[in-house]
Amino acid sequence: MPRTLAVQMPEAGVRLITLQRPEALNALNTELLGELAAELDAAEQDSETRAVVLTGSRKAFAAGADIKEMAERDLVGILNDPRVGHWQRIAAFSKPLIAAVNGFALGGGCELAMHADILIAGEDARFGQPEINLGIMPGAGGTQRLLRAVGKPLAMQMVLTGEAIDARHAQRSGLVSEVTQPEFTVERALQIAKLIAAKAPLAVRLAKEALLKAQDTDLATGLRFERHAFTLLAGTADREEGIRAFQEKRKPAYEGR
Amino acid sequence: MNFEHILFSIEDGVALLCLNRPEQLNSFNAAMHGEVREALKQVRQNPEARVLLLTGEGRGFCAGQDLSDRNVAPGAEAPDLGQSIEQFYNPLIRTLRDLPLPVICAVNGVAAGAGANIPLACDLVLAARSASFIQAFCKIGLIPDSGGTWTLPRLVGMARAKALALLGNRLTAEQAEQWGLIYQVVDDANLREEALKLARHLATQPTYGLALIKRSLNASLNNSFDEQLELERDLQRLAGRSEDYREGVSAFMEKRTPSFKGR
Repeated sequence: MPRTLAVQMPEAGVRLITLQRPEALNALNTELLGELAAELDAAEQDSETRAVVLTGSRKAFAAGADIKEMAERDLVGILNDPRVGHWQRIAAFSKPLIAAVNGFALGGGCELAMHADILIAGEDARFGQPEINLGIMPGAGGTQRLLRAVGKPLAMQMVLTGEAIDARHAQRSGLVSEVTQPEFTVERALQIAKLIAAKAPLAVRLAKEALLKAQDTDLATGLRFERHAFTLLAGTADREEGIRAFQEKRKPAYEGR
Repeated sequence: MNFEHILFSIEDGVALLCLNRPEQLNSFNAAMHGEVREALKQVRQNPEARVLLLTGEGRGFCAGQDLSDRNVAPGAEAPDLGQSIEQFYNPLIRTLRDLPLPVICAVNGVAAGAGANIPLACDLVLAARSASFIQAFCKIGLIPDSGGTWTLPRLVGMARAKALALLGNRLTAEQAEQWGLIYQVVDDANLREEALKLARHLATQPTYGLALIKRSLNASLNNSFDEQLELERDLQRLAGRSEDYREGVSAFMEKRTPSFKGR
């Protein structure tokens, strides 16, 4: 059983992972990051899980890395840091990942939120990369994913000043898809996860992959990938079921085949 | 914590905060800001507090910033007023607006500068007949702060807002009531009692629901019609989960007076 996470299945097909280090505003120490990576591995293996919602507490999604832990690492320690592997496993998760962010998402916490495919934020959420204030810089995608999400000027401003932005600003900038009342952030994320869980899993997986492709290839390559993925789905039973259900005006029953 | 510049108590659900520097017309210095901040923190954290009543001791309500607390001697470096607003006034105004309970302001006398705009961040403003509101900022080369430039046009319309802000004239309490700047004028002798009566009533009401009402009305000033309809849906969903809603409905069905817990 993980010690820094709580895992539930609140809806059929939907797994809810809650970060739980209240004493440290959910700071992402290596233990937590490792447990999260392992938990996503488990969700990857579990055919019942079709979408995952990731959240923290009302006060903090995750307020950064664990500074105490970080201070103990020298150059060699950082070179051999197990965290890099954990981040890679989180990024490689192939099912839809939805972050429900309330309160602080700072540093590693902001980077973790940006690993999600869909980001729902409570009104009082704050996103920032304050690493620069400690004489360091973001090291888990903060300089890369932030720039892709919000564009260069704001990403530069956030990373170089260390100043955070609020949920509305994050939404205007494209970092966040929806802003809700804080009491509903998780509920709304679960609603979205439930909608996704009812779709054909293979279509969802390939669609996610194609969208992620779009972020780091040229258009021609992306379009080619999209076409291949589209064609692959032609061989699935779920495609037949989806089209037939539409014609027969009934709800499709997908099996992931 | 012992307060020197304010009087503060929480009794029977009513948090009472009196600005208490009567010799200086309750103008703000850094120390009073600190004490008000501490008191408001206690209001927010104490579940016993179900309504806040803000008022002033003596003949004035609040004359805004205590200018003797600032160094503007000729030749001295200009003070950064933005810093003072960032540190003191904006957090105060935001806190009053965001407190999840009704905030009553009883304006007992002159309300000038920031002191004229602090009441406008409260939910229900009562004023003594002799009280007056003065946007005094223009007289010393400043702009209305503490939310004044945002609140005034919304409450009295742009034409009157500009006149108040550019001329800095005295607006009597009665005129303020007629213009819709405040809720109600009360005879001087009855102000404190009327305000307390209102506070005692609100302390028995479904506080959580009232907090949501406040939240939705505040948000409406910035929302589109559609956004507001969606907010109403969401906040009503929250309200519908409250204990007080259940109590309200069953009391209605059983034809008895509800007993609200504020949750």
